[in-house]
Amino acid sequence: MSIQLHRDDDASKLGMWLFIFTELLLFAGMFIVYGVYRYLNPVAFHLAASELSITAGTINTIILLISSATIAMASSALRLKNKQLTIILLLSTLFMAFMFMTNKYFEWKGKFGHGIFPGSDDLLRLGHGDTLFYGLYFFMTGLHALHIVVGFILISVVCYRVNNNTLTNNNPVLLDNTGLYWHLVDLIWIFLFPLFYLIP
Amino acid sequence: MDKQDNNHIIPYKLYLTVLAGLITMTIVSVGVTKIDLGNLSVFVAILLASSKSALVLVFFMHLKFDNTLLKILVTSVFILVALVLFITFLDYNYR
Amino acid sequence: MTKHETVSFREAQSRYKGIFAWIFSTDHKRIGLLYLYSIIIFFFTGVILGAAMKLELLAPGKTVMDAATYNAIFTLHGVIMIFLVVIPGLPAIFGNFMLPIMIGAKDVAFPRLNLLSWWIYVIGAIIALSSLFMSGGPPDTGWTFYAPYAFKTNTNMLPAVIGAFILGFSSILTGINFIVTIHRMRAPGMTWFKMPLFPWTLYGTGWIQILATPIVGITLLMIVGERIFSIGFFDPALGGDPILYQHLFWIYSHPAVYIMILPAMGAISEIIPTFANKSIFGYKVIVISTLAIAFVGYFVWGHHMFTSGMSGTALYTFSLLTFIVAIPSAIKVFNWVGTLHKASIQLETPFFWAASFLFVFMIGGLSGLALGALATNVHLHDTAFVVAHFHFIVFGGVGFAFMGAIHYWFPKIWGRMYNSKLATSGWIIFFIGFCTLYLPMFFLGVSGMPRRYYDYVERFHGPNIVSTIGSWVLILGLVIIVYNLIRSAYKGEKASKNPWGGRTLEWSVDSPPTLENFEEIPVVTRGPYDYRKKTEA
Repeated sequence: MSIQLHRDDDASKLGMWLFIFTELLLFAGMFIVYGVYRYLNPVAFHLAASELSITAGTINTIILLISSATIAMASSALRLKNKQLTIILLLSTLFMAFMFMTNKYFEWKGKFGHGIFPGSDDLLRLGHGDTLFYGLYFFMTGLHALHIVVGFILISVVCYRVNNNTLTNNNPVLLDNTGLYWHLVDLIWIFLFPLFYLIP
Repeated sequence: MDKQDNNHIIPYKLYLTVLAGLITMTIVSVGVTKIDLGNLSVFVAILLASSKSALVLVFFMHLKFDNTLLKILVTSVFILVALVLFITFLDYNYR
Repeated sequence: MTKHETVSFREAQSRYKGIFAWIFSTDHKRIGLLYLYSIIIFFFTGVILGAAMKLELLAPGKTVMDAATYNAIFTLHGVIMIFLVVIPGLPAIFGNFMLPIMIGAKDVAFPRLNLLSWWIYVIGAIIALSSLFMSGGPPDTGWTFYAPYAFKTNTNMLPAVIGAFILGFSSILTGINFIVTIHRMRAPGMTWFKMPLFPWTLYGTGWIQILATPIVGITLLMIVGERIFSIGFFDPALGGDPILYQHLFWIYSHPAVYIMILPAMGAISEIIPTFANKSIFGYKVIVISTLAIAFVGYFVWGHHMFTSGMSGTALYTFSLLTFIVAIPSAIKVFNWVGTLHKASIQLETPFFWAASFLFVFMIGGLSGLALGALATNVHLHDTAFVVAHFHFIVFGGVGFAFMGAIHYWFPKIWGRMYNSKLATSGWIIFFIGFCTLYLPMFFLGVSGMPRRYYDYVERFHGPNIVSTIGSWVLILGLVIIVYNLIRSAYKGEKASKNPWGGRTLEWSVDSPPTLENFEEIPVVTRGPYDYRKKTEA
């Protein structure tokens, strides 16, 4: 029943970009909410932000940046027919993703330990600005973490397929598109980091 | 059918250079928070984040080596987001 | 020559049998019909709910149901009609079926993704409607799920909200598919400005689907977060701003109106030149106005919130932009009328639908300007006038275009002709019923009857009786139309390749088309509506 269409890598790439636009707009919706509430509660946001660990945030930023570079280099390695290096680069990307999540886990756990989570009594006592800040913090970094998990699965599939030679320099588009997705995850974090950890 | 841009191989060195630039900017943006710039600090943070994302888009996401169509589309999407944000703030800023 | 090239897509064999040959098919034509059948089921559910509301409004006080039931019914009517029927309606049915054929392609760019989008649609629909069968009952917030009531009500909000969220993915996937298809798969020689107008409108729609749907996706997720974790984004008790919810909701839901109406305009732009036997007047202007509507339509969301308490600056801006977005729509109407000027018109059923589309669309559009003006809006906001306005646009505009499209492409899809007399009488009855149903609501709204109440004061009684009778007439017309189409799909006489004399590519292939549409991909040399010289066929 299905028709054999010729493979069109440019179409796949365009499709992936359109999907990335969708993701960008998804996060844009949240950035609008962030912008409005930051505008309405400047002081509370400032104080709440200083409670987050800049060190943890910076480490996670650098981890994600490195992982972005490694997956981008994996695309080049695959085209240079260097299978071993491709796999090493992909595995290090996976390792970085894992490190990011570990770091995130301890960060969240610390906040939960202080009784700060959406709907908690402690948070309600802190006031409206803090409730909104931490609500946004958990919602946005949570959704971002979900994207990391999805990316992790995608990269694992790519890694597996490079290993059993079903993904080679003849059909690199799956690796390229996974790379694009992973860069998107990085791109969003690049904005999340200053908005939650840095802006004084 | 395959265009040369599909098989364009970007040297590892370029990626590493970009990565170095990104990490430097991250450290700078953290360092800047120690200095009190008043209202400017928000502006500086956003500016640095935008330059970082531009680097990711242009090099990691290959926009530099892609066709004009994609470049236009990506730019338009960011303009669209900026316009929506602007119009939303027409409400909040003047309320 | 393989079997594929001679047998129609309906008879082509695959590795699946029976119903599985349909629900697992990646053929764009079968997926289009899958959408058609599922949408028709939901449409009739919505119609029954709408008729129940009109029945309740036949007399003041409790007529057939209590207030809570009425609230649940208007919510369900809205959710079903908007998310399940009108948004996927024209793009998913006729877009899937006709787009590849009209641009000379064998299928869409990602056929498997296309099938996935139908499955997501079905799953989303089932989840959205599951609230009906849970204790606590379906939501009673209206289809807009306005905060903070949306997370205070005890009814089953979550299924409806999560269902709408999932349906968004279906819509996005369709949009991605269409845009890539149009960019990459046009037949050789079909430049952008040789592409027919229906694909053009699908292109504009695709962009709105991609760029606007995620905003409502995230907003609905926030409502879920609000209900489960009480994150407080829209809860004034926690510092949230309910008006921000309205902003986010309408950033999607206003452009969604253009997801609905653009393909409808596209279908009308196909029907009118065919039955006028004349090249469409101002092709490029229609294209540009399509893109202009898609673009400007993204920035007018605030006109749903004029009485919500926005700042004055925002009010003026949104009102101004609303008036601006009316211009390209009006340009299109002039173009269609200009096409009909001095044409030798073929009076067939699709043309009647298209002509009545112009009539109801004008009424809907002009009443929209009354609502877009700030001063009148304060008086008319949340009255029956608004209900009349958007039913003239969404049911009148999109619905009439849908009916026109199905009568226009019926011979192509089913390979048979319908009974023209019956179809035309169905149209007349439907049209009369439609006007009787919705015109009184304009008067009710101006004289102050609010919407979304199961009760009203005695002085609104007369027009409400007229309106309810209109709903019965409309349903009678609908039954005649549907009966005629179903009967003709089995028993109608065989249709030729090109029964109406259309010039776009879909009329050059068999009726119904073969599995691969074209034996060989055509080379396009002429514009889409070139009626100057006769085709070789």
